[in-house]
Amino acid sequence: MTTNGPDRIRAAFARAHQQGRAAFMPYQMLGHPSLQASPEIISALAGAGADLFELGLPFSDPLADGPTVQAAGQIALNNGVTVAQCLAMVSDLRRELPDPPFCLMGYINPILAYGTERFLRAAAEAGVDGLIVPDLPPDEPEAEEIAALCARFGIAPIYLLAPTSTAERIELGVLRSQGFVYLVSVAGVTGTRAALPADLSSFVQRVRRIADRRPASERPYIAVGFGIGTPEVSAAVARIADGVIVGSALVKLAGSSEQPAEAVAELGAALGAAARRSVASADVAAE
Amino acid sequence: MSDSVDFLTYRYPDENGRFGPYGGRFVPETLMPALEELEQAYLQARNDSTFQAELQRLFLTYVGRPTPITHARRLSEQLGGAQIYLKREDLAHSGAHKINNALGQALLVKRMGKRRIVAETGAGQHGVATATVCALLGIECVVYMGTVDMARQAPNVFRMKLLGAEVRGVDSGSRTLKDAINEAIRDWVTNVGDTHYLLGSALGPHPYPTIVRDFQSVIGREARRQMLDPAAGGPGRLPDAIVACVGGGSNAIGIFHPFLADTQVRLIGVEAGGRGIESGEHAARFADPALARLGVLHGTKSFVMQDADGQIALTHSVSAGLDYASVGPEHALLRDLGRSEYTYATDDEALAGFKLLCETEGIIPALESAHAVAHLVKLAPELGKDAIILVNLSGRGDKDLDTVMSAIGQS
Repeated sequence: MTTNGPDRIRAAFARAHQQGRAAFMPYQMLGHPSLQASPEIISALAGAGADLFELGLPFSDPLADGPTVQAAGQIALNNGVTVAQCLAMVSDLRRELPDPPFCLMGYINPILAYGTERFLRAAAEAGVDGLIVPDLPPDEPEAEEIAALCARFGIAPIYLLAPTSTAERIELGVLRSQGFVYLVSVAGVTGTRAALPADLSSFVQRVRRIADRRPASERPYIAVGFGIGTPEVSAAVARIADGVIVGSALVKLAGSSEQPAEAVAELGAALGAAARRSVASADVAAE
Repeated sequence: MSDSVDFLTYRYPDENGRFGPYGGRFVPETLMPALEELEQAYLQARNDSTFQAELQRLFLTYVGRPTPITHARRLSEQLGGAQIYLKREDLAHSGAHKINNALGQALLVKRMGKRRIVAETGAGQHGVATATVCALLGIECVVYMGTVDMARQAPNVFRMKLLGAEVRGVDSGSRTLKDAINEAIRDWVTNVGDTHYLLGSALGPHPYPTIVRDFQSVIGREARRQMLDPAAGGPGRLPDAIVACVGGGSNAIGIFHPFLADTQVRLIGVEAGGRGIESGEHAARFADPALARLGVLHGTKSFVMQDADGQIALTHSVSAGLDYASVGPEHALLRDLGRSEYTYATDDEALAGFKLLCETEGIIPALESAHAVAHLVKLAPELGKDAIILVNLSGRGDKDLDTVMSAIGQS
């Protein structure tokens, strides 16, 4: 029985669901704020109750990211971080943290430059479970090539869906994603927002109705990201989705604190607890 | 490879927005519906005689089209070779070819019912053209511009403001065109409901390379007719070669495209050689295999200058409009097919070309266009006295006077 890739991701969501909560998935940029601090922060977040991780590969021109993640990527690049070093970092983290799924979030160009097949093989060997490429829609030929390689190496391809997505595109994203689909809460780039858009709930339900057409064993969980940075918003998202993804708020803290691991873990614990306190209503929402 | 392609039936992009192995749509999911909407709106407009008539009317009465061709007699004489003709896009309203595409897309925006336009600009010419058409048609306009470019193109920044546009300086990355495009796309992702991204070059995700090419092809259609017509100042035959500068490549694709089936006409693009290829400080994507490889930047797959790890390289050119790490996907395809060829001119060669055109023809070219002029110094003698060369003089050089003054001195 394998616990890698899509299975490990599904198991993490299922465990959270059984415990009556949404899964908490923090994002960190690999190599930020430093090569040394980056894995320490990720370990500390695991200790603070993270169920899964989204781990960013730095890119010089991240057009889906707001100022905080942009700056973090630039700092990582200034630290000399390469794709190979990111994968080595993941590999080290995997030895230390056998349970939580690691989903890499990286733009297409560095992946092409590394070599798509070589990249996915190395990622699988490092213990990566899922891959998110924010500038690669599922219907581009390169996405199909990556999906085939993901299947070969046991990595879950994960696509983003946006409030602007048509029913047709939601269906495509849901069908091509394994483990979970990543709902972008608002039209926009990454970054904390004061409140959630009023129509998030109906967006989640539109996706859920389409996801529910898939057999339970293949049905991706629904995680929401972009703009979530406070326990209040985390709790609100946890009421309607299966997973809560928090990026910029934690990245900002990682970059600005004297003791980043402690500071990030503290906020992570609060955000995770907020997702925990609320009654996960996946079943309710599905009705 | 060119033997196997019939340019009479050349038809790219394919239904997936691909120019052979190039092009595509590498964008965040949020934008996919907007790209599909834009493609539909464009396909309808292209076949709508009312839309085309309105575009033609504004080309005639507002832009000043057709722009003339000028026989550059003294320049030809001085170079001692081919007869040189200039397609005078510098005489188009707002000073460059950029207005052709800006006007076409702005009319499309009216059709789509969006109220706001965002654009990027490098040299400022596209920003000025966009601000111009937004003033003409009453559309809110925000232009993103790298702060390095704002410093070297200060007059154009002021022009855009005069025209009612908001100019937002971009302080991230290299603070040039690439970063301005990043910010324009981020704005578009955030405001996609009521905003159109008016991309200024034959770049970006499908359908932009096609839309920009089609609106710019008016240059080549006019030039072809004028070259054949002595009454329009033409030599009465097609040129042996066409030369155009290539940044993203919109002026070049605009003049090349209507000549694709005329396979005896050489199509030559001139990239920015900056401080020389060996220096690494340039934007000659086709000339430096060590730095430029197949990759994805700003939504399209093409040749991209990047480091070994896939991070986009910083480029350099004395001309802000050519200072970009990638090149339009159709240029990459035409090069593969052997239909077009690419060379480069260095900063110094471009500055010499700038002076040469000023002194021989009384025309101050944009520094971008001066790269095309610079190549004539080599090409005209090589082709000989019986040959005819058509150069796309894509813009005028008023905006570059500060740059040229500091580069070659004021004496």
